[in-house]
Amino acid sequence: MSSETGIGASVRRKEDKRFLTGKGRYLDDINRPGQAYGVFLRSPHAFAKIKSIDTAEAGKAPGVVAIYTGADLAADGIGGLICGWAITSKDGEPHKAPAHPAIAVDTVRHVGDQVAFVIADSLAEAKDAAELIEVDYEELTPVVSGADALASGAPQVHDDVPGNLCYDWELGDQAAVDAAFAAAAHVTKMDIYNNRLVPNAMEPRAAIGDFDSGTDEIVLYTTSQNPHVARLVLSAFVGIAPEHKLRVIAPDVGGGFGSKIFIYAEETVCAWAARKIDRPVKWTAERSESFLSDAHGRDHHTTAELAMDANGKFLGLRVNTVANMGAYLSTFATSVPSYLYATLLAGQYTTPAIYANVKAVFTNTAPVDAYRGAGRPEATYVVERMVERAARDLGISPVELRKRNFIAPDAYPYETPVIMTYDSGNYPLNMDTALKLIDYDGYAARKAESESRGKKRGIGFSSFIEACGIAPSAAVGSLGAGVGLWESAQVRFNPTGGVTVFTGSHSHGQGHETTFAQLITEHLGVPIENVEISHGDTGKVPFGMGTYGSRSLAVGGSAIMRAVDKIVEKGKKVAAHLMEASVEDIEHANGVFKVAGTDKQVTMAEVAFAAYVPHNYPPDLEPGMDETAFYDPTNFTFPAGTHIAEVEIDPETGVVEVVDWAASDDFGNVINPMIVEGQIHGGVAQGIGQALLENAVYDSETGQLLTGSYMDYTMPRADDFPSLKVETTNTPCPGNPLGVKGCGEAGAIAAPAALMNAITDALGVEIDMPATREKVWRAAQTVQQAAE
Amino acid sequence: MYDFNYHRPGSVDEAVGLINEDAKLLAGGQSLLPTMKLRLAQPSDVIDLGGIPGLSDISVDGSTVTIGATATHASVAASSAVAGAIPALADLASGIGDTQVRNVGTIGGSVANADPAADYPAAVLGLGATVHTNSRTIAADDFFTGIFETALAENEILTKVSFPVPEAAAYVKFANPASRYAIVGVFVAKTSDGVRVAVTGAGGSVFRASGMEAALNANFSASALDGIAVASDDLNNDLHASAEYRAHLVSVMAKRAVQAAGG
Repeated sequence: MSSETGIGASVRRKEDKRFLTGKGRYLDDINRPGQAYGVFLRSPHAFAKIKSIDTAEAGKAPGVVAIYTGADLAADGIGGLICGWAITSKDGEPHKAPAHPAIAVDTVRHVGDQVAFVIADSLAEAKDAAELIEVDYEELTPVVSGADALASGAPQVHDDVPGNLCYDWELGDQAAVDAAFAAAAHVTKMDIYNNRLVPNAMEPRAAIGDFDSGTDEIVLYTTSQNPHVARLVLSAFVGIAPEHKLRVIAPDVGGGFGSKIFIYAEETVCAWAARKIDRPVKWTAERSESFLSDAHGRDHHTTAELAMDANGKFLGLRVNTVANMGAYLSTFATSVPSYLYATLLAGQYTTPAIYANVKAVFTNTAPVDAYRGAGRPEATYVVERMVERAARDLGISPVELRKRNFIAPDAYPYETPVIMTYDSGNYPLNMDTALKLIDYDGYAARKAESESRGKKRGIGFSSFIEACGIAPSAAVGSLGAGVGLWESAQVRFNPTGGVTVFTGSHSHGQGHETTFAQLITEHLGVPIENVEISHGDTGKVPFGMGTYGSRSLAVGGSAIMRAVDKIVEKGKKVAAHLMEASVEDIEHANGVFKVAGTDKQVTMAEVAFAAYVPHNYPPDLEPGMDETAFYDPTNFTFPAGTHIAEVEIDPETGVVEVVDWAASDDFGNVINPMIVEGQIHGGVAQGIGQALLENAVYDSETGQLLTGSYMDYTMPRADDFPSLKVETTNTPCPGNPLGVKGCGEAGAIAAPAALMNAITDALGVEIDMPATREKVWRAAQTVQQAAE
Repeated sequence: MYDFNYHRPGSVDEAVGLINEDAKLLAGGQSLLPTMKLRLAQPSDVIDLGGIPGLSDISVDGSTVTIGATATHASVAASSAVAGAIPALADLASGIGDTQVRNVGTIGGSVANADPAADYPAAVLGLGATVHTNSRTIAADDFFTGIFETALAENEILTKVSFPVPEAAAYVKFANPASRYAIVGVFVAKTSDGVRVAVTGAGGSVFRASGMEAALNANFSASALDGIAVASDDLNNDLHASAEYRAHLVSVMAKRAVQAAGG
């Protein structure tokens, strides 16, 4: 069905009515009878021994229900938080996984580390009591940058992690790369910093633990992107409750960008404390807490070298990265700067030899984990800044240099030297489409016009690639993942023909309730208003793996298609009986079952009704029309594209104006173009934010987060962006039944390199992110002085 | 937020009577309330000036624009009387914070709070305004005394500010991209008593750039400022801008303000 509500239609988002009219039900909108309120006392120091904690006065404060410290959790046998991806260092040793207690026991390791949990009848009483807790700290000297943490004599963040080194990991053929460099005509080398970001989801993290002493069940309401994974970890590893006595509900969730994948201390403590006090307890982060305690993103220091022949053909790439993990390992932290990063260093190019070495290090900062793109933005940023710089070094147009090195459209499947097999794509087409969108032919005239006004104009490219549709379970298992990354779906017809789809994916802004419904409308002929998508409650939906890595449609949508196949298969049997034909003669299309070669037909609704009121029904068939399927992908998907940024710089002030933006992306088949475009807009906005504005800065001496509020941490705003020119070129993905690749992270992956390449093109000198106005002004001054 | 006693007096005299050492006056609350919510401020009493009749009046009388203490930034920005007499003042008000701040924040709150990066102090000093309180008048040159410090006594309430209408004036701000406060804001006014140049955001308090004033008195044009810079020694130096960059921006913004003022 190519209808107004089927595949390919820009259906308006079904969920927006409740979001836009204030009817969304976010975590803080939920209150349980008898609920108490919890507040975390957090460390004011970046690194300190806790000599003593005195809660006596606080315990006597009005309204206080209980006060817990790390010792109480330990006494109850509650384990620490875990990291679920094992990385093996090049010497064969497993990564170092120091203890990560939900509440600090004897040492605090970053500003904001949990020190005590105060529960009271009201939030104000809990806050008042928290101020009465006396903590005697012995301050230690902190270390905040990854490079500093590796220096000899650096403060030791964990006693059991010598040199602060979590792992020293490598990927690729070092000897082949050395040989490529030995044979190179040109080598381009750069030091590149990928700045640390705070996720800044609109809804802060929150949790309610609710214990029923009658059933012994704990219900945990939490802001999660993957409630079943949270249940599994809290049950199997932390020991909160057995899985069948722990229900995790993630209701409407206001943004995540990765930061709500992880299983944090706060929800762990709420779930545990609810049983201790036999009362529901709610915690909601204030924005200041979000800055200090949400897992941050990026923070890579990289040195990269690209070897080329005399014609600019890439021969080899050598990358050394120091990845700052923060004070503890967050849930998937180890995978981000390793397998989600170095495996994408081939980019869109035929570079035959690649070697990456990554040192992951502990520092006295908030933990770092996946943030929109997770490793892949860092890879694209390294590759695309290197390629642009190489073009400048060689005096070749950056467009031409890329085209000389692109993987050809007929070369798929294409195996890279860093263990990925790209399945499809057309990189030159994306480049050409983007060049047309930006009017590349007119660029020289626009640059001249800018210069006539004393402005500097620049243009920058980013031909990005990502690995999405995460991920084949066997593949990730062999690389160290502690879980499989399949997805589940259940398609349940109601007797009157409406459908509820239960998905293990989770929507926290992506529009699943619309996109997934379009699949049912397209394939089963059910009007879109009669399709309901249910997600986010382990008590309702089959075990699922959740939403991250642009996987929901490619993996979760494919699971829905598998369940749809089962519905059709069963429907054929019912239809055959109703029409007194043989099953082999039944044809199905768009919710109509026909007897081949006749005009006899029944609708899906009639078949569903017959399945629930089986008065006239096949004798050997189960009643009901309710099918569950699990889908495990066979490969990653490889969305790719080219983004082009055009900027104008005021050299007098350093102000950068992003004057134009073109994006040509290949996402495979597109289900809802409007939602895809929205995802591009959001991703590009975050990428521009990273390149121009956002920066999490810790004071190098005190370890205090200097950018701990919106007074100092610059979020991008609407007036920072031009109107984006977005097109998609869709080579269908051969690896999944929908032919889709995923679009959620692409903008954030592509944008930073495009923008920095444009800015450095305008300036004629390389600078690091973020390109703050002072940094740009200084660079412009330097260039001008050199010219004089 | 800690507990406090809330008062809503009906007159300035009543408000003055309620003041004590730990009390805070509440006008628009755009600086006070966030610090209270973060538990950084703990006033015993909050005295809300919002119920005092006439305290938000805006009037233009010949050569003077008078704005009541509780007039919001939005009302000043939207006042055709202000825009007709001192367009630079209406323009400045229209660029403070964001829409929500402008709808609630007040001139009295901004001027009395004397945030070193606030916009209004630049207009008060740049135009040589007069600050009126319940007990006296204070010349702008005597009003701002330091970081968040003014000449106001503890039991004194700012009631209105009167601005002499200049021959020409303009305010140009280089806003902090995060907070949108001024990293540097320069107010230039050509008055019957000479040119005044007031700089906010750059130092611990709003200040006059006397070297620039002298140059502009001789020749009211942007080129008169070529080679004239404020010293960077005492300027703010932080995450967002070094003192050197701020000093440079003062010159750039001053030139742009002169141009905007027709020089």
